[in-house]
Amino acid sequence: MFDDFFTRAVIGGIGVAVIAGPLGCFIIWRKMAYFGDTLSHSALLGVALGLILELNITLAVFIVSSVVALLLVLLQRRANLSSDALLGLLAHSALAIGLVVLAFMTWVRVDLMGFLFGDILSISTFDVALIWGGGLFVLTVLAKIWHPLFAATVSYELATAEGIKSDRINVIFMILMAAVIAMSLKIVGVLLITALLIIPAASARTFAKSPEHMATIAIVIGSAAVCFGLIGSLEFDTPAGPSIVVAALLCFVLSLFRSLNPFRTK
Amino acid sequence: MLVSLKNAGIFRSKKWLVRGVSMTVEAGEIVTLIGPNGSGKSTTAKLALGVLSADEGHASRKDGLCVSYVPQKIQLSPHLPLSVTRFLRLTFRPDRKAINFALKATGTDHLADEQMASLSGGEFQRVLLARAILSSPELLVLDEPVQGVDFNGELELYKLIEDIRNQLNCGILLISHDLHVVMSTTDRVICLNGHVCCSGTPATVVSSNEFKSLFGHRASSGLAIYEHRHDHKHHLDGSVVGDGTNANNTHTPSKSEVVSKNARTPISSGPINHKAIIHSKVNSDV
Repeated sequence: MFDDFFTRAVIGGIGVAVIAGPLGCFIIWRKMAYFGDTLSHSALLGVALGLILELNITLAVFIVSSVVALLLVLLQRRANLSSDALLGLLAHSALAIGLVVLAFMTWVRVDLMGFLFGDILSISTFDVALIWGGGLFVLTVLAKIWHPLFAATVSYELATAEGIKSDRINVIFMILMAAVIAMSLKIVGVLLITALLIIPAASARTFAKSPEHMATIAIVIGSAAVCFGLIGSLEFDTPAGPSIVVAALLCFVLSLFRSLNPFRTK
Repeated sequence: MLVSLKNAGIFRSKKWLVRGVSMTVEAGEIVTLIGPNGSGKSTTAKLALGVLSADEGHASRKDGLCVSYVPQKIQLSPHLPLSVTRFLRLTFRPDRKAINFALKATGTDHLADEQMASLSGGEFQRVLLARAILSSPELLVLDEPVQGVDFNGELELYKLIEDIRNQLNCGILLISHDLHVVMSTTDRVICLNGHVCCSGTPATVVSSNEFKSLFGHRASSGLAIYEHRHDHKHHLDGSVVGDGTNANNTHTPSKSEVVSKNARTPISSGPINHKAIIHSKVNSDV
């Protein structure tokens, strides 16, 4: 069944949705959407590095995103520059540098559009295995740090004061985010990764009664968006990655109707 | 001793937020930090908690100290689905009975299933306090715990704080603006303005000139039993006029130290509890 490119795309896409859901919730709760954007834009640098050093692209992106994430944490702690100015500056600089470096590498033929917007229909069985293997690992780690991470998300100071190692937990969370970005690169591309992270989570908010509930719903919505996006792209001959994001957006719009309903009990 | 700060200071953005702060909190003792806005009360509390590490001096806590903290502010994302009951279980796992007790004690039992985001300011504070008392802490750090709570509720909650201290024999570090309530429930008051201006039993602090210059004469009327002069004035940021640092300034007693009969006897006894501490040297000029 893995012979069919469409089946591989669906299974790989759902794999990414399963990890993007819970992590996306934390990104929203921590108001880190822009942070995620900066990280994913820097993924193109990872692509360039992977091509130069002939490394596995996913691995190279993971390493570069992790380094950028840790640098950002340090910078935010030291610099007086406001967070969103700093992130805005870095997000687009990282993207531009990535594009420039790729342009210099005249000896490799690069499918730039594939990296920018994803190329889910061309993922291999190995990519699917990588997504599910890595995804399981990410989810296991996330489950282990869930409670302290959640406490540090509600209040860093409260959690730290009451004995939670918030700084260490935050660093682990950053590395998980870098892993998700590396795995999503092939699915939706650097420009749309943040959308896959935050749109399902934002759509889940109106239905959720608890944080865990919200994460679960985000997984369901993300998976639905992957399926509908892929079917739509097949039907209307549209690019697959952007179609997935559009499908996710439709889910979000539908969830708005629910939150606007004046007869809703709660 | 639960917590002790020795000459501790925090340096941020090219200035000292607080400097030269020395204090301790003992078991069974309520210590209150007072001072104007921006005087470093919250910073001092975070130093004591270990949320901030001292850039100068030392902060030490008893090994394995069980702490509960009510921060001055928690900003929750509106996207965070968090019920009151879930919030109470944020950093540890209390049983149902303990949760019900804490909710009742703080008058919030009707809010158990509400979302945190839908609470009013006063309700939110009560829930914060409920969570803090749940874990039977050894040290309770309360940063303006009753802000936004209605007048009757305020008195009730202060009574509750005192009850908790009596029941658990825990140390309490309190930051508060309600001077009258503070003066009646506290064992020791520390008056901050970038540095420790004066400290001691409520009665001695209230009657000090330093306190009067920070809070106005009306704040201390009726309790003026002790006077001292200090040889420095403060800038608005708390630094000392003509000095440049916040350290090494003097508060000079103008008469011999008289501790009022009204002064409350501290629960736990330590040599520093029983009289006002006038920091640094004592001059003889009257």
